[in-house]
Amino acid sequence: MSTATGMQAARVNEIVARYQAKPASLLQILREVQECCDWISPESVGIVSRALQLPRLKIEAVATFYSFLYLQPRGRYRVLFSDNITDHMAGSRELLEQMCKRLWIEKGKVSEDGLVSVDTTSCTGMCDQGPGMLVNNIALAGLSAERVDAICDLITDQVPIAAWPSAFFAVEDNIRRRDILLKAEAVPGAALQAAFARGAEATLREILQSKLRGRGGAGFSAGTKWESCRNAQGDTRYVVCNADEGEPGTFKDRVLLHSHADAVIEGMTVCAYVIGARRGFLYLRGEYRYLLDALLAVLARRRGQRLLGEDIAGREGFDFDIEIHLGAGAYVCGEESALIESLEGKRGTPRNRPPYPVTHGYLDQPTVVNNVETFAACRLIAERGGEWYARHGTPESSGTKLLSVSGDCGRPGIYEFPFGVTVREVLNECGARNTQAVQISGPSGICLAPDEFSRRIAFEDIPTAGAFMIFDRRRDMFEVARNFVDFFKHESCGFCTPCRVGTSLLSNLMAKLHGGRGSPYDFAEIEKLNIYLQTLSHCGLGHSACNPVLHTIAKFRPAYASRLVHHEFVPAFDLDRALSTARQMTGRDDSGAHLKEDT
Amino acid sequence: MSDSCFSLDGASIAFAAGQTILQAAMDAGHYIPHLCFHPELKPHGSCKVCSVRVDGNMMASCTTPARQGMKVESATTEVDDQRRAVVQMLFVEGNHFCPSCEQSGRCKLQATAYELQMTSPHFDHFFPDRAVDASHPDFLLDFNRCILCSLCVRASRDVDQKAVFGLAGRGIGTRLIVNSESGRLGDSDFAATDKAAQVCPVGAILRKRQGFNVPIGQRTYDVAPIRESDRGGPEKR
Ligand SMILES: Cc1cc2nc3c(=O)[nH]c(=O)nc-3n(C[C@H](O)[C@H](O)[C@H](O)COP(=O)(O)O)c2cc1C
Ligand code: SF4
Ligand code: SF4
Repeated sequence: MSTATGMQAARVNEIVARYQAKPASLLQILREVQECCDWISPESVGIVSRALQLPRLKIEAVATFYSFLYLQPRGRYRVLFSDNITDHMAGSRELLEQMCKRLWIEKGKVSEDGLVSVDTTSCTGMCDQGPGMLVNNIALAGLSAERVDAICDLITDQVPIAAWPSAFFAVEDNIRRRDILLKAEAVPGAALQAAFARGAEATLREILQSKLRGRGGAGFSAGTKWESCRNAQGDTRYVVCNADEGEPGTFKDRVLLHSHADAVIEGMTVCAYVIGARRGFLYLRGEYRYLLDALLAVLARRRGQRLLGEDIAGREGFDFDIEIHLGAGAYVCGEESALIESLEGKRGTPRNRPPYPVTHGYLDQPTVVNNVETFAACRLIAERGGEWYARHGTPESSGTKLLSVSGDCGRPGIYEFPFGVTVREVLNECGARNTQAVQISGPSGICLAPDEFSRRIAFEDIPTAGAFMIFDRRRDMFEVARNFVDFFKHESCGFCTPCRVGTSLLSNLMAKLHGGRGSPYDFAEIEKLNIYLQTLSHCGLGHSACNPVLHTIAKFRPAYASRLVHHEFVPAFDLDRALSTARQMTGRDDSGAHLKEDT
Repeated sequence: MSDSCFSLDGASIAFAAGQTILQAAMDAGHYIPHLCFHPELKPHGSCKVCSVRVDGNMMASCTTPARQGMKVESATTEVDDQRRAVVQMLFVEGNHFCPSCEQSGRCKLQATAYELQMTSPHFDHFFPDRAVDASHPDFLLDFNRCILCSLCVRASRDVDQKAVFGLAGRGIGTRLIVNSESGRLGDSDFAATDKAAQVCPVGAILRKRQGFNVPIGQRTYDVAPIRESDRGGPEKR
């Protein structure tokens, strides 16, 4: 064994030991191995397999599910450009090209010296300060041509990332409008004391009375969820905070965890008190790895303040603590049952439901899964009372909502509005002009045209997980939809046939239209695919994968009409395009190497 | 057996507590098209071919628990149209050249396509590039025909108490993998006597040196359509 592999083995063994070789920690172990060794070598797989007493296949199955884990070397510097439409609008594709040219590499490939790879990744949640990027899973925002040049220099000079200028890693909060949630001063322990004073059952009643609905998208009543979990049969209960925030265009949980972490954690602790949980998890998306150390510090401080740990706030027998689990690049893990699978160290495949997490969640025990913002609101309700909270917002949608505003506007960032605010009011406040469309709640949400801007953000009208992407008249709504379709294809977990194959079929159809080979026949195909995806898919990802196309076809037909050059069906197969590989291999691109003159 | 019942296309189906729609239907001798389900293995619910309409919503019948009084629609044009689309998706996702396939006539994918009156693959083929693994002395593993149903995975894990097969990758990149350092079947502890050697619904796990031992035309689904042979009772191959 060479010393290099010997050293690597020692590090892998150290990581495994720190996680006590628990199979449920497999994903965390692999993530750390990836971080310290730059990839997960066959030797590392062997070590983990023996220590955890899991077949190697199991380790390979998990590692290959997550985008940020590599079983092949991907370079010592792994650059991933955020590929959301807002990044494109801010110039990410040009910057990627610039970097590939400078570093003399092809997108998706590793440089010949094994130093660096450059590729794209799904939205990294920096939409208000794009383009975003990850280097070895550490987030960078606000890229520019100069910044990219500087990064290229640092990479070619092999400067360790820890020694890069700290300004490169600055991420702004950009809070533009505060309401009850962001204005509130979360004095650590205050909400807990209020909850203790009332008692667990009465605190639950406050949450129910607040009519708070989940902020992660589905809008399920938080109080009802807590109540079901509290009443469920089980030995152990768990509180899980969903900080996967993978929906492109959403970044409000990042800001909450950065600047209001105490509120979120206290909300989780109140939940633990109400349902009787002793353990909690915060599932943090891998893209937010840069927040980990600060969050661990908050947890440690709160332990010091006796707000976590044993006999919390002097209350004998109330023990609760929180662990942070990191994701590794898989949007589907935001779906609550996939999230629980991932927490258990497995592939993030959504479970068959029923049973639901409230009765059969983590390790099949009753579990509450709530969004970051939901927990922050619970803290506020515990302190101020349900009746007070319900006075804000609308009858069906109490309280406020954090909107992640990005795209074409003067002041992108976080806007907290009471529910019921109209789309137009938000557009005015953020300085949007000549707006052609707003995509609300991300690719799986809804696309609105100007004649709908008087509609309201509320569960009664337009529900949202928070994304608010603005497109002005310069933008091509077909390309917007195509970007979203490719996102779903990339993020489909592959479990069920309609979504695994259907998202690829849809992406191919959009590519066909993009390539000028579309006909009305393809529209009919898209409509059929929509039915299959919507009705047959196993989870919400597949159900909503057609939304972007359907909405834009319905509302921005001209963007498609220009692509429907043919009246009759044209096959997607293009012989000239199929010859492009041969052209590349032979280095020929003269007119004699083409079938048609215009390609 | 309890005396709970639900309705399947108007027929009354009795079910025992804990049974899913498909399990109860098959016990009662009714055929619902399916690919990733096997009566002896834990239901998975991934292929979606067994989808039925339950009180308005499409559900995978293999994993949806039977409920007293539920109304299940299966043999309708609309439901079959959707199933056919799913089968077509499976055809274009892999490389299925039925006329030259050893499994022709005993392949559940092919037989289900006939059952659903599929006359063309409809969608554009993906023509994926998948290697064949011939490393095992007794078995050929042809990934081209794998439909990712995970029956071999479940059989190996739950019946054989091994872990020869697993699903890896994600999305359209999902693929079957084998538990050995080389990743080859010949280096795994796979054995001809394994349950996993008997459950593949297509021609992906093929026994060597048995080619065409039963002439085409006299095979399981040549003799009787899948709706006759696969409506419950002992496993037929
Ligand atoms: C594909 C998919 C992705 C999701 N991603 C997230 C996410 O990133 N964050 C989140 O809070 N909820 C997400 N959800 C919703 C969760 O399944 C779940 O409803 C939510 O975490 C419950 O919390 P809440 O009631 O507080 O909203 C997602 C759902 C689906 C189907
Ligand atoms: S709908 Fe898509 S993401 Fe959801 S289970 Fe099916 S393949 Fe996976
Ligand atoms: S090899 Fe056969 S049994 Fe195994 S997953 Fe593929 S199709 Fe299913």
